[in-house]
Amino acid sequence: MSSSLSLKAEFIKGLWKENPVMASLLGLCPTLAVTNASMNGLAMGLATTFVLLSSSLMISALRNFIPHQVRIAGYIVIIATFVTVADRFLAAYFPAISATLGPYIPLIVVNCIILGRQEAFSSRNGIGRSLLDSLGMGVGFIMVLVVLGSIRELLGSGSIFGFAILGDWFTPWMVMILPPGAFLTLGILIALANWYNDPSRSKARKVVS
Amino acid sequence: MSKMSLSTRMIFVLTLITVLSGGILAGWDMVTQPKIEFHRQEALKAAIGDVLPAHDSYQTQKTEFGSIYIGRRDSISDPVGIAFMAVGSGFQGELRIMVGLTPDMTQLTGIKVLEQIETPGLGTKIVVDPSNKQDPYWFPAQFKGLHISPEIVVIKNAKPTHNNEIQGITGATISSKAVTRLLNEQITDIKTAWTALGGTE
Repeated sequence: MSSSLSLKAEFIKGLWKENPVMASLLGLCPTLAVTNASMNGLAMGLATTFVLLSSSLMISALRNFIPHQVRIAGYIVIIATFVTVADRFLAAYFPAISATLGPYIPLIVVNCIILGRQEAFSSRNGIGRSLLDSLGMGVGFIMVLVVLGSIRELLGSGSIFGFAILGDWFTPWMVMILPPGAFLTLGILIALANWYNDPSRSKARKVVS
Repeated sequence: MSKMSLSTRMIFVLTLITVLSGGILAGWDMVTQPKIEFHRQEALKAAIGDVLPAHDSYQTQKTEFGSIYIGRRDSISDPVGIAFMAVGSGFQGELRIMVGLTPDMTQLTGIKVLEQIETPGLGTKIVVDPSNKQDPYWFPAQFKGLHISPEIVVIKNAKPTHNNEIQGITGATISSKAVTRLLNEQITDIKTAWTALGGTE
């Protein structure tokens, strides 16, 4: 049941082809909830990636040791431990980010990307391969959150990463920093990705070229 | 390991994982707790600094209605102001507001909303209003010098005419009223507590 991809492909697949948000539609709660600004998206992406990597390391190392019947309980405890570590780390060293993200950092525990990767990958593959898989998924998640956060911040506040991009002439679209803005932007991004990936479209393109 | 029965092994493994987890978290807590507490104290100090008139130090006094912070200057014996944290529900969730009062409890010296989850762009104007480029802090600024008797009143769509009135936020009447309701309710309690402590000293 272990993966047969090359190590490079193990990393790359998370970026686009099996991107946790764009392809698998996992982890939508934080994706929608915290991406009202680029910085929040980046912080959430990094925190999630940290939890993903550390949990993968532990779970792939312990994969032959944890009995199959209690694996989920074991995974959840391991994941929750690292989430708490990340939460306390942000509160201690980045209090501003911690205050902005509020309850969404503890909620990484229930992010299905993390449990999903452990169940589908780390529990069946070696440490090196599992770390590459998690890193790819993590980077893919960060990319989506930053892009989504930047689009919403640009249209909703006229800035990206806090730097004013659009001048005073621009009236911010309030809807973009509210929940509906998240649904609209994510919906459009996923529609574009699906259109790009559409096999019938690429077939047509090949015939033309 | 392989000699154990399955149920013993399940108990053994889960116990081991949870004990390790507890150990890691206890260790990490020792590292981070002082820093988190430090940030909390800094935030409290900054908030008290924002709502009270210039003061050199403040003293924390526990009362039956929560802590009050008495601001003092080194040069004069009377306190310059009393601050307390008003906590209650806003439009969507909890509001935490640092409130500053004159020592005679007739006027506010300032308020600062520390935590809120009001509607972005509308209710959040109780903190800052980015759409008002000249005066983004117009809403909280109104509370400075505001008289609290008989009670603070929100005026809609008009300029306040009395010294106990503030102008509400258009589109966020509930948030505006939540702030004033919280102040009206809790100032009464703090007054009682302050009088019990010896009144205006």
